[in-house]
Amino acid sequence: MPIRYARPSAPSDDKRWKIVETRMRRLGDRPYALIEALHAAQEAFGYLDDDALHFVGDTLGVPHSRVYGVATFYSFFTLKPQGEHTCVVCTGTACYINGAKEILAGLERSLGVTPKETTADGKVSLLTARCLGACSLAPAVIVDGDVQGKVRAADLVARLEAM
Amino acid sequence: MSDMPAAARPVRRRVITEEIAEEPPRATAYVCEAASCLSLQSHDITVRLGEVVADAGLGDVEIKRVGCLGLCAAGPLVEIAETGRLFEKVTPDAVGPVVAALADVKQTDVRAPQGPFFEKQLRVATENFGRVDPESLDDYVERGGFEALRRVLSDMTSTEVREEVTRSGLRGRGGAGFPTGLKWTTVAKAQGTQKYVICNADEGDPGAFMDRSVLESDPYRVLEGMTIAAFAVHATEGYIYCRAEYPLAVARLRSAIRQAQRAGYLGSGIMDTSFAFDVQIRLGAGAFVCGEETALIASIEGRRGTPRPRPPYPAVSGLFECPTLINNVETFASVPTILRKGPDWYAAIGVGKSKGTKVFALAGRVVNTGLVEVPMGMTLREIIFDIGGGIIDGRPFKAVQTGGPSGGCIPADHLDTPVTYESLVELGSFMGSGGMIVMDDTSCMVDVAKYFMDFCRDESCGKCTPCRVGTTQMWMLLDRITTGRATGGDLAQLEHLAAIVQRTSLCGLGQGAPNPVFSTLRYFRDEYLAHIEERRCPAGVCTIEQPAEVMA
Repeated sequence: MPIRYARPSAPSDDKRWKIVETRMRRLGDRPYALIEALHAAQEAFGYLDDDALHFVGDTLGVPHSRVYGVATFYSFFTLKPQGEHTCVVCTGTACYINGAKEILAGLERSLGVTPKETTADGKVSLLTARCLGACSLAPAVIVDGDVQGKVRAADLVARLEAM
Repeated sequence: MSDMPAAARPVRRRVITEEIAEEPPRATAYVCEAASCLSLQSHDITVRLGEVVADAGLGDVEIKRVGCLGLCAAGPLVEIAETGRLFEKVTPDAVGPVVAALADVKQTDVRAPQGPFFEKQLRVATENFGRVDPESLDDYVERGGFEALRRVLSDMTSTEVREEVTRSGLRGRGGAGFPTGLKWTTVAKAQGTQKYVICNADEGDPGAFMDRSVLESDPYRVLEGMTIAAFAVHATEGYIYCRAEYPLAVARLRSAIRQAQRAGYLGSGIMDTSFAFDVQIRLGAGAFVCGEETALIASIEGRRGTPRPRPPYPAVSGLFECPTLINNVETFASVPTILRKGPDWYAAIGVGKSKGTKVFALAGRVVNTGLVEVPMGMTLREIIFDIGGGIIDGRPFKAVQTGGPSGGCIPADHLDTPVTYESLVELGSFMGSGGMIVMDDTSCMVDVAKYFMDFCRDESCGKCTPCRVGTTQMWMLLDRITTGRATGGDLAQLEHLAAIVQRTSLCGLGQGAPNPVFSTLRYFRDEYLAHIEERRCPAGVCTIEQPAEVMA
C-alpha cells in the first residue's frame, strides 16, 4: 500500500482549482486519475504550469517526475500559456494532399511563428493537429474552437491578421 | 468462473413508462448535425427551419436533428424523410425550397432512389445514421434500439451470445481483423473475478473518421454493443477511450451515458435483470500510439502511453492486470444489429473470411467525400468511382491510400480488387480502421511516403529502438530523395532499414511504419528513380535542389 499523505491545499485561492480537485476526488484521488486531472487543469487554466503539475502530483501521490513525463508525452497538453486566439491547422492525410502544407507555410510567413509558438504580441498561437477527423472538409483548421473546412490560405491569413 | 444462469435473474425495478402513442408527423425534415455539417452552421438551419415552419402554420411537420447523412462533401444537408429528397449546401437564409418541399409531402409518397452514393451502400453499423436524433434515447429505442440487449438478457446465456457472434464471422473493425467471437471467448474463459470492457475510440489514423461519426450519430448503439459484450464476457465495468480531438463525440457520449443510466440501460439491474454494467469515458491526449491496445491500457491507468510486449494479451491480463476485452467502436456498433437480425443474416454478407460490412471514410481528391458503409468484397473501383463519384475535376486516378500510417498505396491497376482483409494485405496495404484517401496526379508518391514517415517518427513513443531510430533514419533518407540529394545506395539502404524496422519493432506502429515505403516502392519505383537519377519530381510536388554543374 502506498503511504497516503494529507491532501495538499490548492496553490492559490483561485476558484478554478476546485474544478481540478473535484475531478480528482471523483476518481478517488488515485494515481490513475493523473491524465483526467491534467485535462481538468488545462481546461480550467488553458495550460499546465509548475503549480498545476505539483498540485496534481501531490494530490494523487504521483512523483513530480512522472507527472512531468506524462504531461510532456501527450501532445494535447501544453506547458506554455496560449495566445489570445488559437489556430490549429490539421495536417492529416486528406488535408495534406489538399494543401495543408501551403496553408501552414502561409501562416508561418505572415505570423512569423512556427507551429507550437505564439506571436510576440501574444495574439495568436499557431498549432497543428494530427487529424481532426474533418477529412471531408479538407483542408480544415480550427480557429478559436470553430472548425472551418475547405480553407484557402489567403482568406485564413487575412482573418488572423485582422484579429 | 462458471457461466451465468440462462437469463440473468429479474429483480424488482421501476417500469420504464411507456410512450404515449402520438400521431406521427405528416412530413419530417432531417437536418444533419454531425461535426462536418455542424461546422457549416447546420444547427442554425434547424432553428431557422423550425421558425419558418411555425410561421407557415405547418403543424404536422417535424424538424429533426440527426447524425451524419453521409455525403459530407455537399453539406450542410437536409433530407425530407418521406420522399428521400436531399437538399445540399443549405444555408439558414435560404430554407424556402425545403419548407416548400415539406408542405408538398403527401401520405402516398415513397422514398425515391437517391443515386449511387446511397443506393450502393449497405448499412449495418451506420443503419441509424441520418435517422435518429443522437441525443435522444427514446428515438433510438423507437428504431429498435436495445432490442438486442433485451433478447440477450432475457433469453440467452453468455455462451450463446458468444456463439452467435462467432457464427456471424464478425472481425475486429479497428484494423487487424481479429475474429471478435474468439476474442470474447478468450476473455470469458480467462481467470479473474473482475473483468473490463474497453471501447477503443482513439481513432488516430489520419484520414479516418468512421468512429467519430458513429459516436456523434448513434452513441447509444455503441453503449448497447458494449453492454452485450460485457454480458458475454462477464464484465461489470467499461471504459470508452476517446480522442480529446473529438469534442462533439465526447459530449454526445456523455449525454448518452447519462440518459442510459437514468433509463436503466446502464448501471445496476439493467432492464430489470440482475445484470450490472457501467461505462466511463477516458479522454486521450493526442498520442497516436494509444490506439495500440497495451498503450491504451497504460493511458487509462494514467501513465505514459507506451506499449508493452505481448503476451500476456489484454484478454488475459489487461487493465489493472485484469482480463480485458478491447474492441473498436465500429465492432461494438455492429453487434446489436447482428444479434437482432441473426448471425446467419450477417454471415451471408461479404466474401470469404471477410463477413459483413465495413464503414469507410472517403477523403482526398474524390468528389463525394464522406462516410460510406459497403458489403465486404466490393471493389475499390465501385467504392471510389460509383459511390465516390470519381476524381475531382476529372483528373486521372493515381492511387488510393488505405490503412493510415501502417497501410499502403494501391495503384489504378488494382482498382478491381474486391476489398477484404486478405486482399488488401496481398496488395501490400492494410484494412486499417477504414480511411480511404484518394490521390490524383497532383500527389507525389515519394512525398506521401515521407509524409507518413514524418508522422510515424513524430508519434513513435520512443520505447523500442527500431521504431524510434529507424523511423527517423528512414525519414532522413526519404528527405534526401525528395530534395534531390540522394545517391543510388540510399534506396537500397532505405529498403534494408525498412525490413529491419518491420521485423523488430515492439508494436504495430513500428511494424507498420515501413508499409507506405514498401507499397510505394512496389508500385511507384519509377518515381523514386526519377527523383534520384534524373533529379526531378514527376508530380511537381518536391522542391529539388539542382546539382551545381546544372545551375552553372
